[in-house]
Amino acid sequence: MTAHQSDLIASDIEAYLHEHEHKSLLRFITCGSVDDGKSTLIGRLLYESQMVFEDQLAALHVDSKTAGTQGGELDLALLVDGLAAEREQGITIDVAYRFFSTEKRKFIVADTPGHEQYTRNMVTGASTADLAIILVDARKGVLTQTRRHSFLVSLLGIRKIVLAVNKIDAVDYSEEVVAAIDADYRAFAAGIGLHDITTIPTSALKGDNVLVSSANTPWYDGPTLLGHLEVVENDSALQAGPFRMPVQWVSRPDLDFRGFAGQIAGGIVRPGDQVRVLPSGRVSTVARIVTMDGDLDEAVALQSVTLTLTDEVDISRGDVLAAADDAPAVADQFDATIIWMGEQDLRPGRPYLLKIGARTVTATVGTPDHKVDVNTMEQQPATTLSLNEIGACRVSLDRAVPFDPYTTNRDMGGFILIDRLTNNTVGAGLLQSAVRRADNVHWQATDVDKAAHGVLKGQKPCVLWFTGVPSSGKSTVANLVEKQLHAQGRHTYLLDGDNIRHGLSKDLGFTPEDRVENIRRVGEVARLMVDAGLIVLVTLVSPYKAERDLVRNRLDEGEFFEIFVDAPLAVVQERDPKGLYKRAQRGEAVGVTGVDSPYEAPENPELRLPTAELSPEAASAKVLSMLTDVGIVTA
Amino acid sequence: MTIASTTLTHLQRLEAESISIMRDAVSESQHPVMLYSIGKDSAVMLHLAQKAFFPGKLPFPLLHVDTTWKFQDMYRLRDKKAQELGADLIVHKNPEAVALGINPFDHGSAVHTDVWKTEGLKQALDAGGFDLAFGGARRDEEKSRAKERIFSVRSKDHRWDPKQQRPELWRLYNARVHQGESVRVFPLSNWTELDVWQYISLQGIEIVPLYFAAERAVVERDGTLIMVDDNRFRLHEGEVPMTRKVRFRTLGCYPLSGAIESEADTLSGIIQEMLLATTSERQGRLIDHDSKASMEKKKQEGYF
Repeated sequence: MTAHQSDLIASDIEAYLHEHEHKSLLRFITCGSVDDGKSTLIGRLLYESQMVFEDQLAALHVDSKTAGTQGGELDLALLVDGLAAEREQGITIDVAYRFFSTEKRKFIVADTPGHEQYTRNMVTGASTADLAIILVDARKGVLTQTRRHSFLVSLLGIRKIVLAVNKIDAVDYSEEVVAAIDADYRAFAAGIGLHDITTIPTSALKGDNVLVSSANTPWYDGPTLLGHLEVVENDSALQAGPFRMPVQWVSRPDLDFRGFAGQIAGGIVRPGDQVRVLPSGRVSTVARIVTMDGDLDEAVALQSVTLTLTDEVDISRGDVLAAADDAPAVADQFDATIIWMGEQDLRPGRPYLLKIGARTVTATVGTPDHKVDVNTMEQQPATTLSLNEIGACRVSLDRAVPFDPYTTNRDMGGFILIDRLTNNTVGAGLLQSAVRRADNVHWQATDVDKAAHGVLKGQKPCVLWFTGVPSSGKSTVANLVEKQLHAQGRHTYLLDGDNIRHGLSKDLGFTPEDRVENIRRVGEVARLMVDAGLIVLVTLVSPYKAERDLVRNRLDEGEFFEIFVDAPLAVVQERDPKGLYKRAQRGEAVGVTGVDSPYEAPENPELRLPTAELSPEAASAKVLSMLTDVGIVTA
Repeated sequence: MTIASTTLTHLQRLEAESISIMRDAVSESQHPVMLYSIGKDSAVMLHLAQKAFFPGKLPFPLLHVDTTWKFQDMYRLRDKKAQELGADLIVHKNPEAVALGINPFDHGSAVHTDVWKTEGLKQALDAGGFDLAFGGARRDEEKSRAKERIFSVRSKDHRWDPKQQRPELWRLYNARVHQGESVRVFPLSNWTELDVWQYISLQGIEIVPLYFAAERAVVERDGTLIMVDDNRFRLHEGEVPMTRKVRFRTLGCYPLSGAIESEADTLSGIIQEMLLATTSERQGRLIDHDSKASMEKKKQEGYF
């Protein structure tokens, strides 16, 4: 709040409120350390705009005398620096959000103090920011941390940069110093895609060029920091892009109304516009833009609205409504940049939950292609990602999702990874491009199809997927089942997990990622065999639910039978025909499912075979009777 | 290319964000509930919820953790709003507090607040099996709240563990919790007090009349004006209620709410008073404001 505003409040509150009502919003992040005067700068912005309350000011006067660095003078940095009380709370992920306003705008500042956890904090703060202020100490120029901050800001898609060359008072307000830093920074920034840079010489401590133009820098004729923040163009780029709206909520208050509610992630929408529903691809037309304040003629990016369509289209939460003639791609495998935020390292191959837009799917992340040193921006080899590390990884989803590259649209290309056991948010990701566009390669339709193959053989093709820990009896039971089907004249094939590894999956080991790939390959082979009309028996430990579901989803309804061969660990360790468990106990074998590697039991298998209680013959009889019951084979 | 003719104001952006938060939270939880305390922030939150699910009804119940000592005007507005919206209103009164007759006069404000509100809230959340609760707290309320998440995870015993708090990126919120845990969701996180008042004014949201200055019967206790809202108020020997033109900045249990003398009987008057109180009356109002802030804080810690 400036003096003008204070006067207005006292003399004409209605005029002030009118002014305030029409302010726009700018969210920005400040990057720098306490040494650069970052806290002093934010403190000054809050103080000068009179967002400092009485109790804080009184405390500030006291703190400035005891803990201040300004010889008892008011130390504005203490307004925002973590005080003892905050530190005692043990908050480790510190992104603090602060608010102030001027005559033209309201501002939300994401303040990420401290050096620890810097990447995680900065990435979080930058994810919602429209602009970044990069602080540089005029005496020191562009440092490693300046480059690191700029790299992260660029990575998160912020394009508008203010380079605040601070502590200008300490270099005698030298134009040459500022020009040199400006040139140095621009040369570096261009290399990481930052071109929209406004350089402002400031002294947060003395106030030069923060709110008012400084008499000490007559050679500088640009805007003050706040002056620039007040007028810098905002959110127009988002409106200029194609229309995008992830559906958050399907509104069905009665049989006559069916609306699709969401926050517009890009572009503009008007009644009469053609929209495409992703991933289904169906096209319809916007009938109404419904809000409680009445129907709208137009809605733009960032607005929360409810749309109705002219056609009855099946749409659920997580689908995306998009401009029909400029719709996003749909894919299930991506190259992505991942910023790891979990205390435990990334586990390549392990299923995580991935949330993008209003959709949550299961995802596996491959071994990083490389990781990036945030200080030098050099690529380094990596086998995993630890807390605060950034890497390039391939991400595979169990379902195809609509997306835009992150650099095109943050909401359509940004995702979080959630650990399925702890439920914590452990990673943030930026989708770069699809590896395999689901909509680019079309299945070639053939005249002799699956049904035709099956009819000739007098059977309905399917997959019997035997899953369970090692030595639970999968192969024994499957073998018996196949013998009996064969005796009945059925056309079958048994894909044995161990046998596959002698050929098709010879190149794979037992890391979680390799296990996932092995299951994918076996699943695809089984699928081709189903297409050929066979009854396929698969025996594979397949410990992860996500991969089993992946195979299930690749087949048609009623073609996949998950058979859970369920034996207690004590029983299988007793059996142990391959000596696997004994070696695990001796520490000679690692990654043994059920011992030091998890097994996710099926929640709703088509059939469960408790082999501790059932003889192999009884178990195989249960499988055969199931096949008869569902009509795969006729009795 | 289509040129947009709509530029969003900061209030429109805040409104859109809050609505989006609510839709996401409801979609990602099994049994959501909205904590409704009848104050101005609750009024705005409730209004935003109506907008979020319009033309449908609220897809969650409202929960009022009652202390039986609220102002009569608050009960009237609560029941009126619930009826207007056709909302499912749950009123919870801690049965233990009812049995013991806990009140601010005999037991003091700390015990009163703890038993009725803190314990009462836990009871009500457990009883309803709610895994997500909306609250009206804002980040600008005090410095320590500046770092609070919009989705804040609570343990089985409703405790806030800083290590359990998750990074929040973009508009992607993580509401996943284990059985028994819950999430508190604060849709007004990025609103300031001025935003709340201005939104009330622009949208014509009904608030408790006690926010507006009027002639009311009060007594002065330790320099604080307390309103005599019903005949349960215990007057001291020889104490006679006097009539003053007063209003309230925050509303709670009436014997614990300090009134301020004021002429502000319109919304713009209230906003003007609020803004000037923080700009020109700094040192003079220090004690007054500080004690209010700490009481507010107590409420937050216990109630939220």
